[in-house]
Amino acid sequence: MRRFLARRLAHGAAVIFIAVSLSFLLLHIAPGDPFSATLASASIDPATLAQWRTAYGLDRPILEQYIRFLGQAAVGNFGPSIRYHQPVADVLAAAIPQTITLMGTALVLSFGFGVPLGSWQAAHRGTTTDRIAGTASLIVGSLPEFWLGLVLLLLFAARFPILPSHGAVDPMHDLFPLAERVIDRARHLVLPALTLALLSSASIARYQRATLLDVLPQDFVRTARAKGVAERHVLWKHALRNALVPTIVLAGLSLPALIGGAVFVERIFSWPGMGSVAVEAFAGRDYQLVAGTTVAGAVLVVAGSIVADLLHAVADPRVRAR
Amino acid sequence: MTPMSDAPFREPGDGGNPAGLSPWRAALRTLGRDRSAIAGTVVLAVLGALAVAAKHVVPYECNAQPNIVALKNIAPSLAHPFGTDEFSRDVLSRVICGSQVSLSVAFLSVMVAATLGTIYGAVAGYVGGMVDSAMMRLIDALLAIPRVLLLIAIATLWNGLGIVGLVLLLGLTGWFGVSRLVRTLVISAREDEFVTAARALGASDMRILGQHILPQVISPVLVSATLAIGNVVVVEAGLTYLGMGVRPPRASWGSVFSDGMISFPSAWWTSVFAGLALVVTVLAVNLVADGLREALNTRQLPAR
Repeated sequence: MRRFLARRLAHGAAVIFIAVSLSFLLLHIAPGDPFSATLASASIDPATLAQWRTAYGLDRPILEQYIRFLGQAAVGNFGPSIRYHQPVADVLAAAIPQTITLMGTALVLSFGFGVPLGSWQAAHRGTTTDRIAGTASLIVGSLPEFWLGLVLLLLFAARFPILPSHGAVDPMHDLFPLAERVIDRARHLVLPALTLALLSSASIARYQRATLLDVLPQDFVRTARAKGVAERHVLWKHALRNALVPTIVLAGLSLPALIGGAVFVERIFSWPGMGSVAVEAFAGRDYQLVAGTTVAGAVLVVAGSIVADLLHAVADPRVRAR
Repeated sequence: MTPMSDAPFREPGDGGNPAGLSPWRAALRTLGRDRSAIAGTVVLAVLGALAVAAKHVVPYECNAQPNIVALKNIAPSLAHPFGTDEFSRDVLSRVICGSQVSLSVAFLSVMVAATLGTIYGAVAGYVGGMVDSAMMRLIDALLAIPRVLLLIAIATLWNGLGIVGLVLLLGLTGWFGVSRLVRTLVISAREDEFVTAARALGASDMRILGQHILPQVISPVLVSATLAIGNVVVVEAGLTYLGMGVRPPRASWGSVFSDGMISFPSAWWTSVFAGLALVVTVLAVNLVADGLREALNTRQLPAR
């Protein structure tokens, strides 16, 4: 297990190294630089701009800049954000926990909906309910995140205003007593997390149904039944544990897509996470911030897939031996 | 979007091949028996026809703003089945006109992505060894960066991409998964006996790849490209919604959606109907892809 983890971490580090190098490359082949990009640049004295470029080392040889970029990235420093007037690291440090909260809640919910639904469907395959659930999850899984978010917003924040429509907390949040602060956060989380969760639970249900149908005809299930184990126990203990493995792997693989979906959902619900930061970076043509969000996205994905692999190893001993 | 797929666990669907048909004929016959795939194809054909004939079928001119005071944000009615938007433009007409941009951008960029991914994956898989490892580490890293964040980064650095830029952008960021798929297929095809035979007969690498290996790769790539079209339609609309894609006043499903957000939720119809066009397209594409996957019997298709 320890060797497995070490190998997995080394691979993750290599992937992040390449991702950092790629974002440096992107910044470099892009036309212009941070100081020519903003609207204000045109009205600034060229001598001042040149001074800034020297101050930030943009006039140094590219190899030197690359090595410095790597070194700074290793300690999480991506320079100043023009848009936010504070270090990129601080902007990201505020945004990343918000995105993780949103995605984590969505993932938990989607497993909570998807696995039981898919398993139930597999146990009752061919029935009308199974077919209805199958069609429903096909349709829900095809919905664009921002459209579903919008419809939920329209229904539960505008037509029936039972939930807040935007932000992670109420403007008066800091004045609330503790219990109300917790409730406030939870209420703000419901719509965005539900949007993401509905979509991915549809795919998880479809996948779970298929894997369970694949497991059910296998010999060990027949053995368990022949031993006289109760059908419910066979299904939920023996078969489900094996069928869960591919679903965990799948969830790990779908992380980049989930973050992509979170970007749109954050925009719809003004959730102050990484997606909103990335959109702000675009609006302000903020080179440093864009490099930071790209690398942070890659780090999140790599970390998430390592967690998925570890869970996979826990659920399936064969993986550890490999 | 369907980032996840239940591909490897489908029942085999080729239904035997009693008449000794060619593989493509047999696949077409299976597809012809799949009702949901037919429904998906019909929907896509209708959408495609509407897009091509957009100028002749729209009830109003797409960019016309007849009266931006009296006719703005009119709720759906007989005269305007999808209502009118903030600028008094007919939403149905704009959704129809928008399909031109949305569908062609998606189709073209997926063509770019499939071509690039096939070439890259074929080279990596066929050459093998260190070259393959290096090429695949790069793909690992590219796949680890969430595509939407990468797209936003590129849109920030290259300000003001046109339609061609958008196609290239979506194409250049869409081939990583395909290349991994093709590589896996090429590696297993490389060991086939008829490839060894061809090599023994003195066939060149180019000939082996082109004549013997690539034909085996086509059907899985076709299935994944079909799925990708549904995905890219949504990504393009999303980018346009964030202000990075198609520019106003040109209609695309994303730009109509984004126009509707100005006066959301009081005039909800603009965004909701623009999004509905996306939903119908993605659903149809997914049905066709599912059908193709069964008909072409490509069960071992990785998730992305």
